[in-house]
Amino acid sequence: MKLLRELTGNAFDFAGTVGGVTLFLGRLLGQIPRALLRPSLIVAQVHNTGALSLVIIMTCALFVGAVLGLLGYDTLLRFGSEDALGTVGALGLVKELGPVVTALLYAGRAGTALASELGLMRATDQLTAMEMMAVDPMRRVVAPRFLGGLIAMPLLTVIFIAIGIFGVQLVGVQNFGVDSASFWSQMRASVELNDVAEGVIKGCVFGFACNLIAVYEGYTAHPTAEGVGRATTRTVVISAVLTLMLDYMITAVML
Amino acid sequence: MQATRTVEISTGLFVLLGFAALFFMVTQITNRDLTVDGASYDVTAQFENIGSLKPGAAVSMAGVTVGRVDSITFDQNVYKAVVKMRIASNFNRIPNDSDAAIMTSGLLGGQYIGITAGGSEEFLKNGDRIELVQDALVLENLINQLVASFMGRRDENNSGGNSGGESGEGAQTKTEEAKQ
Repeated sequence: MKLLRELTGNAFDFAGTVGGVTLFLGRLLGQIPRALLRPSLIVAQVHNTGALSLVIIMTCALFVGAVLGLLGYDTLLRFGSEDALGTVGALGLVKELGPVVTALLYAGRAGTALASELGLMRATDQLTAMEMMAVDPMRRVVAPRFLGGLIAMPLLTVIFIAIGIFGVQLVGVQNFGVDSASFWSQMRASVELNDVAEGVIKGCVFGFACNLIAVYEGYTAHPTAEGVGRATTRTVVISAVLTLMLDYMITAVML
Repeated sequence: MQATRTVEISTGLFVLLGFAALFFMVTQITNRDLTVDGASYDVTAQFENIGSLKPGAAVSMAGVTVGRVDSITFDQNVYKAVVKMRIASNFNRIPNDSDAAIMTSGLLGGQYIGITAGGSEEFLKNGDRIELVQDALVLENLINQLVASFMGRRDENNSGGNSGGESGEGAQTKTEEAKQ
């Protein structure tokens, strides 16, 4: 009986969260036109979420690409078609690994920063203070952060993919001696422009989801130290799950 | 003020880096750059079956790419596929009795058109049609032909004893033979 009550309670909690996010999104979208009038705030957030995530994104991309090169080479060698490493690496990175790993890293690096910053603003009554001064915190604080992240995420995705391909190339061509010309020409022959478009679209969608979750969790955090911590944790968990679920759906649609 | 300037510069660099990466992806890893740049001329060829040949595929002579497939259309009058090829102008001495064949590069590779030079003294020019063609090899047809010739041969072998032996009977005799 207690279990049943807990389950229904959880279900209502979940429905409440979904509804809360939707209403929050509505309010956020309503403020975006006016937030666009102050581009300097957005630029500062592109810097916070994008430029400051660049180092971790680039480092991880290099290693993800290198691992892909290593495993791809080892597997393709069994079929004697190690020249196809370019194809495997590029398609894997462009369509799947690039957007997904970028989104997961982004949630960990920038999403948590957004959530804890907003949560702390809530906990220290800064948001309330703004409301007292007739400044809508949605417009002044939340919308620029959301928009900045929305701009940064697709850019981070394409940077990840480019560096990742460089990593594949580093291991495959420089280390294992796959022929450089066939590496690039096979890649070019098999990667279409709409594969790149798929990667960029995924980057935009994941960016939308991750930023929305981050600002929502931060904005609605309980104004305590524990509440901010919980908001940060929830941001990472929900962003990661949502990213992978959305990834499956987009892949199914665009296949 | 200095701090905002630094933020702006690093943000600008980040955005530029992003666009550079996008540019790299669009130009370097997709097959956008496969068009023939500079001066070129067009020739056509009609095929019964083009297999999976696609616009942008290479046109090569002796393994060297001399042009690209520009467009593929279907001619309803002769029921053939018309392949328009764009060949770079510096390859302007291809005999006009050369033949064009649709070939496959490697086991997993895409299809391309291979041109083998003929013996004519006159060369292909803009708007010409290559008369001698060889269609794409369709694996299913090949297997069908192989199976058909196999069946035919087996029927021949069996029809020595009993006249008009069907393939089913033939198979039965074969298994009995194998048992003994």
